[in-house]
Amino acid sequence: MAVFEAVLELADDHLVLGHRISEWCGHAPMLEEDLAMPNMALDLIGSARTLYAHAGALEGQGRGEDELAYLRGEREYRNCLLVERPNEDFAHTMLRSLYFAAFMRPYWLAVLAQSSDEVLRGVAGKAEKEMAYHIRHAGEWVVRLGDGTEESGARMRAAVEALHLYTEELFESSDAAAAAEAAGLLPERAQMRAPWQAMIAEIFEQALLAVPQGGPVLRGGRQGLHGEGLGHMLAEMQVLHRAHPGARW
Amino acid sequence: MTQATSGAMPLWEVFIRPRNGLSHKHAGSLHAADEVMALQAARDVYTRRGEGNSIWVVRSADIVASDPVQAGENFEPTADKVYRHPTFYEIPEDVGHM
Repeated sequence: MAVFEAVLELADDHLVLGHRISEWCGHAPMLEEDLAMPNMALDLIGSARTLYAHAGALEGQGRGEDELAYLRGEREYRNCLLVERPNEDFAHTMLRSLYFAAFMRPYWLAVLAQSSDEVLRGVAGKAEKEMAYHIRHAGEWVVRLGDGTEESGARMRAAVEALHLYTEELFESSDAAAAAEAAGLLPERAQMRAPWQAMIAEIFEQALLAVPQGGPVLRGGRQGLHGEGLGHMLAEMQVLHRAHPGARW
Repeated sequence: MTQATSGAMPLWEVFIRPRNGLSHKHAGSLHAADEVMALQAARDVYTRRGEGNSIWVVRSADIVASDPVQAGENFEPTADKVYRHPTFYEIPEDVGHM
């Protein structure tokens, strides 16, 4: 059961961030980004699908990806708070992606090298390349916005101030995750801190941004304690499936 | 594309090589702030269906194009030089496909 919950946490992170990024589809500031963001959303949703299917199999109660994605309420979602933060502006969106991808890239590489779970290694092999691209895409934007105009620099600094306090939760293992880590299925989240910090420091230096030191920390997603925004997001994401259960096209 | 975007960001031409051994072919154009962003945008806009394994981008402003007014003097003189096409000899069957 712990392993099921640990994989579910990972799947929820990917689906929630993927859905958030997909909200830009049709609304991006330029055509090029209007294609780039759905590309990245689909990378994340693709990983989420495999992870949900795997979680459902581990649970053994007959729940598949649709049941797990569409028929759980807000309190049952186990994603970290960072990924559910609203898009706000382009600075927030790019920084949120950078923070997440800079964590997931070393995480997937560690899964690939160490995990005893073949399905997870399969996801990792594909996802580590996707995360490398997300770091590049989001990182280049963070540099250009941070070291851009007065307006873009101010927005980038505001995004850092708004989002940095959600990053600590990335490195914390829930009880379920700790059990899966002890069993050799998943790497320890805390091990990603050093590569994450190095990546963020390198990009922030180019972006003329200061890495916040200390300060408040917000957590709770792994216990199902979410911000107000997730409920609204899930309502929109789940309405079709709940109105037409099992609908296909 | 808004006026602001096209004004602030130059136009780039994108060339994609579908696979090793073939040459880069013009795929289209896009707007981007600089060459790094242009490469990324080209990847996101023009290689979504596995179209290629290599991308070139070049500023549209850096392309020197022939003048359409000179099309006649440039290209028409070749029309009656059919002997330049390698169609006047038989290929031995042993050679197979060339």
